[in-house]
Amino acid sequence: MVTGHVYALTGAVLAGLGLFAFITLRHTLRQLLAINVVGAGIFLILGGLGRGADATDPFPQALVITGIVVAVALTAFGAAMIVRLAEARVATKAATRPDGGKPGP
Amino acid sequence: MAVPLGFMLAALLAGRAARWLILPAAPAMAGLALWLALVPADAAYLVGHWDLPLGILLRPDGVARLMVAATALVIGAVGLHALADPPEKAGNAAQAETFWPLIYLLWAGANAGFLTTDLFNLYVTLEMVSLAAVALAAMGSLEAALRYFMIALVGSLAYLLGVALLVGRYNTVDVTLLSQVAQPDLATMLALGLMTAGLLIKAALFPMHGWLPPAHAAAPAPASALLSAIAVKLGFVILLRLWFEAFPAVSGQTALHVLGGPGALAVIYGSVQAMRQQRLKALVAYSTVAQVGYLFLAFPLVAGAPDPSGAWAGMMLHAVAHMLAKAAMFLAAGLMLKAAAGDRIGDLGGLAQSMPMTVTAFGLAAVSLMGLPPSGGFTGKFLLLNAAIAQGAFLYAGVMILGGLLAAVYFFRALSACFAAGPAPRAPATLGVRTAAPLVLAGLAIVMGFGGSALHNLSAIAAPWAAPGAAAP
Amino acid sequence: MTGAFDIILCLMILGAAGIALFVRDALAAIAFFIAFGNLLGLAWLGLDAVNVALAEIALGAGVTGVLLILARARLLALGDDATCADTSAWLRAGALAACAGFVLLLAAAVLSIPPESGLDRAVAPLMPGLGIENRVTGVLLAFRAYDTLLESFVLLGALVAVWSLAPAGVWPGRPADLGVADVPMRRVARSFGRFLLPVALVMAAYLVWAGSDVPGGAFQAGTVLAGGLMVSAIGGAIGLPRSDLPGLRVALVLGPLVFLLIGLAGMGFGGFLVYPEGSAKAAILAIEYSLFLSIGATLALLVAGPNVIGWPDPAGGTDRHSDC
Repeated sequence: MVTGHVYALTGAVLAGLGLFAFITLRHTLRQLLAINVVGAGIFLILGGLGRGADATDPFPQALVITGIVVAVALTAFGAAMIVRLAEARVATKAATRPDGGKPGP
Repeated sequence: MAVPLGFMLAALLAGRAARWLILPAAPAMAGLALWLALVPADAAYLVGHWDLPLGILLRPDGVARLMVAATALVIGAVGLHALADPPEKAGNAAQAETFWPLIYLLWAGANAGFLTTDLFNLYVTLEMVSLAAVALAAMGSLEAALRYFMIALVGSLAYLLGVALLVGRYNTVDVTLLSQVAQPDLATMLALGLMTAGLLIKAALFPMHGWLPPAHAAAPAPASALLSAIAVKLGFVILLRLWFEAFPAVSGQTALHVLGGPGALAVIYGSVQAMRQQRLKALVAYSTVAQVGYLFLAFPLVAGAPDPSGAWAGMMLHAVAHMLAKAAMFLAAGLMLKAAAGDRIGDLGGLAQSMPMTVTAFGLAAVSLMGLPPSGGFTGKFLLLNAAIAQGAFLYAGVMILGGLLAAVYFFRALSACFAAGPAPRAPATLGVRTAAPLVLAGLAIVMGFGGSALHNLSAIAAPWAAPGAAAP
Repeated sequence: MTGAFDIILCLMILGAAGIALFVRDALAAIAFFIAFGNLLGLAWLGLDAVNVALAEIALGAGVTGVLLILARARLLALGDDATCADTSAWLRAGALAACAGFVLLLAAAVLSIPPESGLDRAVAPLMPGLGIENRVTGVLLAFRAYDTLLESFVLLGALVAVWSLAPAGVWPGRPADLGVADVPMRRVARSFGRFLLPVALVMAAYLVWAGSDVPGGAFQAGTVLAGGLMVSAIGGAIGLPRSDLPGLRVALVLGPLVFLLIGLAGMGFGGFLVYPEGSAKAAILAIEYSLFLSIGATLALLVAGPNVIGWPDPAGGTDRHSDC
């Protein structure tokens, strides 16, 4: 088995592991982490399959760098949404509790 | 596509004054879209003059021309509407300011996506559009937006995994090159399957539509209009590129029923759900689920037709008509709900008297969405129905007719509520841009019905079935 | 062909990922995720992809790790410890079967593709025309500059999206303090940050310069800068700026703007993003330097999150903003 395949297979297993975790984990922050693992697996597949005898293809390397930046941007937005949603929920609870308010959704 | 990016930067720099930038942006983009519609049929541009397979090819084919033009109309009108009627929740200055850069991001991403033939480039544009779409949805309901975000991420990753396999297999991600070298082997089939699944999630085809109604119904009206009109269309266009351009030799005719079947189910399911909704915007959102179904129902019809031009044009006209009509409908619904006593359909009473123009816009949009003549929706559905009957695909034909009937039922329910007697509306009806925008969009959706043959020809430019060696059996 | 190193590394990566995904405690999960990112960086080194290794360690492990830690800390303050409740056994069994099938299919597909660096042959002859040596930079900023241009807008768009989440009434405001509650720690970070920021700036500038010939580049450099900014902000050596500061807006927009303008200027030489003969390197360097500043600022603010601290009034004298 050649080096490229070892890394690409690792990537495939990572994608599967991450997917399993995404389905079974119930907390959004953990799901976000799982998504990042899947992404890393996909990048390894890209890199591993571009591994030649003596060098790695610069084309998939560039795609991976682009992909990593996009992933970080989306993770940041996702994490911000998760935190804001938790804050909003706490705020609604605090607002409805004292006056016995209406039932929230 | 560079121009909306420029506007996005300008919007960020301008801060609070950013809202006025839509005034130059709308005509500029409409002009560019018109220019694009008129360039020679074989126009194409290799970005930076770097040859394939390294470079990226931009090509304005019929699909791109129609979608770019429709996008310019929709965002232009929605933008002008939002200028007159601020989209944010009351007092939320952050939303008021970020709304504008986000719609330019959406605009740029959508246009870039319609024009490119590069599958990885499409991934980046897909993320531009998703990011903007989720952020716009979050202005309404954070919870629905987060759900949308998570599901959209999974869709993107499935798509990216497919791209990764194709890069490894063929050393290229360009659609035009792939169509020459594609082999029906395991890696290619898996890649196609993954990308299709990912994109269907993003296009919200039944049964992967779960995220759409809550997100679209909760967002502010201009944002809902953009989400329903544009965000779901990019996934549809990429699927066209995949199934008809890159892999026609790989995907057989039967495989297309994998798209057509759920499409047909989506028409029925979306319509039935729309009938059951009590809230106006939820009704309109479920109607999007049904209308997206038609787009995919068209896939096997295009592939199966001896002369695909009719079904192809029908599919494209239907897509464009839906963009215009649905944007008009969400804008009108937003105005109606602001004036009405509550967000239920029963609360709409009296609106026909107090805001006749807005109710008219809603009605005209409904005519196109139901597929009644004369309208763009009618022309599109008629061409599809024609193709279905010619091929003996009576099941699909039946579903289309049934979908139209159901649409008539649920839209008439909403409209008749407007004509019922009701309490005096909260807000007085105002004229001006905010009323005109939905009316113009709905009017365009109707007028499309008269421009059928011109649009028919436009949709055929560089269409995949016109190229030598195309799929059509 | 395959060294024992590769196989052991891959097993370690899988192990770290498994723990990061399934450990109960969220902080441990994040810690293992960061370790996982660093191991991945090693894997990229094993693949001779130093550019990607730098990006993975800096962005994938570093920035994402800090983001997750911060999010977890903020959730914890709200009484949510981000441990995962158990899901039903049926769901897990079904998911396990589905994912196992998926992995097998994917593995078969992967094995059916022979690894080769096919496009290297296409890239190599074009490099002398650019005047730079680093092929990855060549792909990123010349052959596929259009992708990179759009990507820089995704990053900027993410910041706008994060800003849009600010609650009503705090715009224009500042993000929440990155600060550590611990006073001695804060003091360390403060003095460290003062010293680190200039070092980070110099290091990052060097990475950009080096990036044209040896591994490095704007994204990696931007992350180094963002790291410097974050440590300084944690220590309070610099305050987090209010979001409507004109200087900040210019810094954020500069990179994409220069990129776009150079692209449009290319129309004078034959088309969008065409670099004029002989000055490709100058154009690439100009883009990279402006991009790295903007990326640094954008990443630091992305980590900081949406505004939650209001800005009392135009006067705004009451805030701890004096030492910016």
